[in-house]
Amino acid sequence: MGTLTQTETKQKVYFDLTTSPHLHSGWSTSKVMWFVNLALVPSIAAALVFFGIYQILIILTAVIFAVGTEALIQYIRKKEITWFDGSAALTGLLLALTLPPNFSLSATAIGSVVAIGLGKQIFGGIGYNIFNPALVGRAFLQAAFPVQITTWTKPNFAVDSVSSATPLAAFKFDKLITDTPALALGNVGGSLGETSALAVLIGGIFLIAVGIVNWRIPFSMIIGMFVFSGVFWLINPQQYPTPVFQIFAGSFLFGAMFMATDWVTSPITNKGMWIFGLGISLVLVVIRLFGGLPEGVMYSILIMNAFVPMINRFTKPRTFGAVKEDKK
Amino acid sequence: MKKQVSLKREFLKGVWDNNPVLKQLLGLCPVLAVTVSAINGLAMGLAATFVLFMASLLISTIRKTIPPQVRIASFIVIIATFVTIVDLVMKAKFPDLSKALGPFIPLIVVNCMILGRQEAFASKNSPGRAILDALGMGAGFTIALIILGGIREIIGSRTFFGFQVMPNQFEPWLIMILPAGAFLTLGLILGAVNIYTDRKKRLEHESIIAHYKRVGREELIEELEVK
Repeated sequence: MGTLTQTETKQKVYFDLTTSPHLHSGWSTSKVMWFVNLALVPSIAAALVFFGIYQILIILTAVIFAVGTEALIQYIRKKEITWFDGSAALTGLLLALTLPPNFSLSATAIGSVVAIGLGKQIFGGIGYNIFNPALVGRAFLQAAFPVQITTWTKPNFAVDSVSSATPLAAFKFDKLITDTPALALGNVGGSLGETSALAVLIGGIFLIAVGIVNWRIPFSMIIGMFVFSGVFWLINPQQYPTPVFQIFAGSFLFGAMFMATDWVTSPITNKGMWIFGLGISLVLVVIRLFGGLPEGVMYSILIMNAFVPMINRFTKPRTFGAVKEDKK
Repeated sequence: MKKQVSLKREFLKGVWDNNPVLKQLLGLCPVLAVTVSAINGLAMGLAATFVLFMASLLISTIRKTIPPQVRIASFIVIIATFVTIVDLVMKAKFPDLSKALGPFIPLIVVNCMILGRQEAFASKNSPGRAILDALGMGAGFTIALIILGGIREIIGSRTFFGFQVMPNQFEPWLIMILPAGAFLTLGLILGAVNIYTDRKKRLEHESIIAHYKRVGREELIEELEVK
């Protein structure tokens, strides 16, 4: 009897009976989330430089309320409290960076609560949400406080004081083109995180390099933007802006690098990612050129989020060696 | 023979257990569309209750004369008659409210809550029971509309029944008086109702088990689990 027990113990020690996958990449959810937070540091720095130190309060409010809401809901639902895994902090940070400078702190808090509460936890927490939580919060704020959220402040080093309007609004309503160097650096009006294309690109390329962000989504979005808006520019260069302007203006790059690439709400297949990215830029071009709003990155990503389950289903790769089904 | 429920239950089931909005999710089109304020909710609720009451009374009275093949058409004609009365009375007496509710008063004709009660209840029961059922359902409908309209009005425009209840510093959330606010609020209310109902059911279940244990009849517990 004694030996049998010993074998049983040995089996328990040496054979961990689980289903696949057996290899772990070493990336935990928490680690990924903190890396994305880290990648946002250049954007935060740019926001503080261009719009003043007050903006740190907006960012802190958004993060604190996001994490607090997450912990509160998990406490009420008697789930494991994962407030330190960085995902709620990331949602808060992303939300803050999409808000205009000097936005009211109470409204920021409401946005954070909605983003985590209605955007994420109501679906069951991390991994279950259909829509990007930060964008849900942003969309809620856009609908709840339409005036405040489109009140833009001039950046600190504005060369010409044309207006505090965003480059896209300036183009849409006054046909003014902002210079590309200013757009790339970020010395223009706009939301906190979106103005500096350079800072966004630094963070985005870092994420692609460490393998958190799949390059296909941002790349296909940029290609799509270039092609779709290029077609309109070629048709009528007076009426439609250049593709380069379209890519660098507004929150397009920020959305491409940080919002569309959210693991939970983007497709899982490579082909699907191409469809997703091209779809976003197509919807975006339509909104920017023919819609009532000057900017539409938020809505185009949310719209394509809704298509993700369908994209996943239709781009399911064939099993290796399987024969293509005959269509009758 | 069907077991007869008490008259009190007949009334109360519409208020809570079978609340047309919160439990049956019937007639949601006016519920979502007109509840930008509590007064709109109240007016819509009362209009629907009146139509439901009169139609139930009339239909249960003549339920044996209506040929079953054309019963839906007959119900609609009867309901439409009373809706026309409500519509004209409101236009004459409360023109502002009538304008605010817009096309949703005429649309009571095709409200599935009202037609549903005729088909499921009034056409099978005596007039006495039918009017109790109609009053209960109408009350449940009105209460749900006032709650929904009240929440949206307080947050969306700082007032309740037209009186300011929130301080001026409070920035109204415009989304609450937009259609999106109706969906969000109704969804959250339904979630809260479901949490409450589940909790109550669980507590009841636990108390029954405790009772069986106390009287020493463990075999009944297993029977309960199977169910």
